[in-house]
Amino acid sequence: MASMRDIKRRKSSIQGTQQITKAMKLVSTVKLQRARSNAERSKSYFNCMYDTVNSILKRVGHIEHKYLVPGQSQKKAVIVITSNRGLAGGYNSNVVKLITRHPDWKKEDLVIYPIGSKGHDAFVRNGYEVAECENSIVEAPAYVDAMALSKRLLQSFADGEIGEIYLAYTAFKNTVSHIPTLLRLLPISCEEPEEQAPKAEAIMNFEPEDVEALNLIVPKYITSLIYGALVESVASENGARMQAMDNATSNAEEMISDLSLKYNRARQGSITQELTEIIAGAEALG
Amino acid sequence: MAEKSFNLRIITPDRIFYEGEAEMVEFNTTEGQVGILPGHIPLTVIIKPGILNIHEAEGNKVAALHAGFAEILPEGVTILAEIIEWPEEINEERAEAAKERAEDRLRSRTPETDIARAETALQRAIARIQVLK
Repeated sequence: MASMRDIKRRKSSIQGTQQITKAMKLVSTVKLQRARSNAERSKSYFNCMYDTVNSILKRVGHIEHKYLVPGQSQKKAVIVITSNRGLAGGYNSNVVKLITRHPDWKKEDLVIYPIGSKGHDAFVRNGYEVAECENSIVEAPAYVDAMALSKRLLQSFADGEIGEIYLAYTAFKNTVSHIPTLLRLLPISCEEPEEQAPKAEAIMNFEPEDVEALNLIVPKYITSLIYGALVESVASENGARMQAMDNATSNAEEMISDLSLKYNRARQGSITQELTEIIAGAEALG
Repeated sequence: MAEKSFNLRIITPDRIFYEGEAEMVEFNTTEGQVGILPGHIPLTVIIKPGILNIHEAEGNKVAALHAGFAEILPEGVTILAEIIEWPEEINEERAEAAKERAEDRLRSRTPETDIARAETALQRAIARIQVLK
């Protein structure tokens, strides 16, 4: 049996760790609340944006447009949003796994645009082609950052360097469920022409004409998707960290109670032994 | 003339900028200045930097609207604004400085000058300054 001193030392070190994880949990709870209200506030913008782009696409679905067909290049650009800090459970590795374990994707065809140093490090380690991005964006996502990134990507798309653009992030459903998501940004998928039986709505007109409107709206659409993904990822990151720290705290609790039991048993044992020794000594004298 | 007012919503990526009943709203688009009254036909327009003028029953409200697009329906207007500012959020000195910079760039244009960008910057600065007046 371990000595009393060893057990005591072990226990106090676990108690120290528990205090840290408890504090980290509280911090990420506060951050989560802020990030979540941010994500909720921006939601209406994206829903509106999505509806508008969809209605445009429904109208112009059959035209040849550069944003609706894949580019010449085989290369796929993937924006990967992770965090700069660890200790968030599977948050970062789940997003990275979306790409490394993708059944149809080959390493050589991908260019990774990592936002967040954890993702960046993981892709460099695995030997992917990585384009440098600003990691500090995830600390406080701003719309201008998303704008700069989408401009850069659309430029490479226009120059024919990349043929498709994807976005990998963690969607924030609620505090306990965060879903790693892979989304195709370009070419815009023209799916679900689900006929809403009798079309009550009047036909939307565009000024300027459809194609030109598409040219102007698509970059805004992509920017808003990137921004939305950033905001949601930040919320998910804090949610994931909160959960991970909560688990760590309760694990520490369990270990401490286990060690307390062992400590008491060891103390009892040493008292019994001492008593036996005293009695034995007294008998020997008598 | 059925309705006298319509529902106007102005949304930015990080907040709901304005929501309320308006009798008319004016702003600048790629096709020129427009004024929208209730019962307009469905229309989507792209916004160019300019002044946004909201005519409410009790008075007018102005703001500097720089980029985005607007979805106009008979029952209401939704403006998805990338950048929009109330007059009290504008720094006049910075706007003046930006105006001068943009004008300088346009005057001393070299082959490398991004003219479209300088012009947009100039339009923005002018819109900001006009809103303050």
